[in-house]
Amino acid sequence: MSIVSGESYLVCSVSNIKQGVGAIPYQKSCLSMCASALIMSIERADDPGEDRTPPPGKRHAVTATKTLKAPRPLPKIATGIEGFDQLSHGGLPRNRISLLMGGPGSGKTVFALQSIVEAARQRGEPGIFVAFEERPDQIVANAAGFNWGLPALIKTKLYFMDANLSPDVVQSGEFDLRGLLAMLKAKKDEIGARWIVFDGIDVLLTLLQNPRSEMREIYRIRDWLTDNDVDAAIITAKIDGRGPESSTYGFLQFMVDCVIGFDSRVDWGVPLHRIRIAKYRGSAFARGEYPVSFGPGGMAIAAPEPSEIQQVASGERVSAGFERLDTMLGGGLFRGSSTLITGVPGTSKTTLSGKFVEAACRRGERTLFVSFDESADRIVRNLTSVGIHLKPYLKSGVLLMYSGRTESVGAEDHLVKLKALIAAHRPRCMVIDPLSAIAKAGSLAAARSVANRFIYAAKDQRITVVVTAINEGDAPEIEATDLQISTIADTWIHLSYLIRGGERNRALTIIKSRGTHHSNQVRELILSDAGPMLADVYTAGGEVLMGTLRWEKEDEERAKRVHRRSEFDQKRVSLELAKADTRARIKLLEGDLERQRVELAAYFSEDHARIVSSSDREKSLRRIRSADRTGLAASGTNASRKKRAASNGSGKVRNGP
Amino acid sequence: MVRKRKRRAASDSAVTTAVVMVLYITDSGPNSVRAVANLQAICKEHLKDNFRLEIIDVLQYPLRALADGIVVTPSLAKLSPLPVATVVGNLSDKNGVLRALGILG
Repeated sequence: MSIVSGESYLVCSVSNIKQGVGAIPYQKSCLSMCASALIMSIERADDPGEDRTPPPGKRHAVTATKTLKAPRPLPKIATGIEGFDQLSHGGLPRNRISLLMGGPGSGKTVFALQSIVEAARQRGEPGIFVAFEERPDQIVANAAGFNWGLPALIKTKLYFMDANLSPDVVQSGEFDLRGLLAMLKAKKDEIGARWIVFDGIDVLLTLLQNPRSEMREIYRIRDWLTDNDVDAAIITAKIDGRGPESSTYGFLQFMVDCVIGFDSRVDWGVPLHRIRIAKYRGSAFARGEYPVSFGPGGMAIAAPEPSEIQQVASGERVSAGFERLDTMLGGGLFRGSSTLITGVPGTSKTTLSGKFVEAACRRGERTLFVSFDESADRIVRNLTSVGIHLKPYLKSGVLLMYSGRTESVGAEDHLVKLKALIAAHRPRCMVIDPLSAIAKAGSLAAARSVANRFIYAAKDQRITVVVTAINEGDAPEIEATDLQISTIADTWIHLSYLIRGGERNRALTIIKSRGTHHSNQVRELILSDAGPMLADVYTAGGEVLMGTLRWEKEDEERAKRVHRRSEFDQKRVSLELAKADTRARIKLLEGDLERQRVELAAYFSEDHARIVSSSDREKSLRRIRSADRTGLAASGTNASRKKRAASNGSGKVRNGP
Repeated sequence: MVRKRKRRAASDSAVTTAVVMVLYITDSGPNSVRAVANLQAICKEHLKDNFRLEIIDVLQYPLRALADGIVVTPSLAKLSPLPVATVVGNLSDKNGVLRALGILG
């Protein structure tokens, strides 16, 4: 008997620890080794005299691993509260008690109420809310700001029990909760409640005025909940862990299986709510303190991103705004990447992001332009002056612009708003100008966390994001932004002023661009009516020339070009003249040649005509005189030709003309 | 089992202001037993027979108690004469109870 109980207890506690430190295999194996060793020693100690089966060690090892290998996963029940079910790896422990503790206004009641509301809405599970502190109608009124449809649920699924003791009530001696629990049971059976919330139990416990009674009543509640098979029980108590605590609360924390701490403080004038799972028996959970925000849907917890990042990398490029910048970036920005534009005020960060927005809208992609502390209308007007026209896209609905105030608005609230905007507009491209504004109110740590989470969230949704950040000073190499987002941004464009030769010029540098070749050239950024553009690069003495110096260089180059051009033209003309001259001469000579050829031909034909006519005359003469036969005419002709050739004196026989 | 008991004043002809009370208890819980005993003693000493007391066992009639707005047990509700008053606890503080019942100044 003692073995069994000892073993199961050990195994249970080891599996608890194991799940908690599951990430460290070394410790895990150590623990399981310890466990098996302990179990063995217990068994040995218990039956020392008994005859053992031959290999005792083996048998025990098998027993131990068998028990450890199959740890029953703790049944849990989802709360439906965004982020909490991730933190707790599934929700609250099923059939057990969870304690929510925290100071006044830290969000305990909202958490408890939202849990039963979600259970009722999503799974149709009825619940009972026992209100010790506030009156039920007050609670319902307070929750009216959330879109839960609470009044409708009260009619069907939820029962609010008013457990406030009126201030007029006279207390005379000790009391207990037997009656309350009997009433609850009756109500639970009536409506089939699966969830029970005891809200503000500290109020009731204070009335008991006796630590022993307090403990007794807590036990009573625990036993009642165990006997009555509810899916989940939540107890909230005002314990902020700051003031002196009665031992009861320590006991309360020990008794329950899950303790969740709520904290609310004002940080640099901005309220900051945080949640921490302080204890969760038999389960792994996220151990940090996480920011809580309140939106229309209720409470949302910024659960940490899963440690493994599973974002699909896209090879698709989108334009960063204009061609030359795209060329510098090796073809543009990757779809779904994040780009950080840093620079001191006035370095045209907004203009560059505006150009990106315009390019996205022109492609017909839904785009969200979030600006802080400057109205959308003014931004549109200002961008128009540099040739960026966003108005038509605003009208068509492709572009949504939102301008937020940063005064006394915490970073967490900004994130809630941003998420709501993304959900409403479903953008493919997005700009936040400047993201660093969220750090204006509240602590820097909170803003950093929000900035990081925002960029991760955008990447998860494959939104191509451009954020700007103002950096004080002008040394991007050190750390450009207070928000420390330069490390998680994929592309980092830095804008700066270069002051030289009595003027201030804007310079653009690409500090990094992951996964792509990018130009290392510092370029001058010029704003014109046709939008921002990058000037041609002129270097002199290893420096990029900007402003007037560049203009002078350009001018000089232009003069040189003109000079070279005219020189060339001159030469070309003279050469062409010479060519034409030669051609004319050739023409003249060709004319002569032709004339001579014609003359020659004429001469020959004259000669032939003469020969033909003289021979014809001889023939006719002979015919007239009848000296020869007609058939012998040819020989006679030959003879006469020979004779004539001899008389010619040249000694050559000429044939034909 | 049923511990719903009603007591009527035997002779309520002379006194017009009979005290009407409801005591909510839970069966044989120690505080409940003590409360019944304490109340009986108080009634005997101060009200003679001039009262009406209804004792309700919440374990038996939980929904009645719920409707009556009871939170903890034992609870004593004085319904008449007005004003209505409620005392919670085992009624061991006799003066407190008497004040609530309007017997003591």
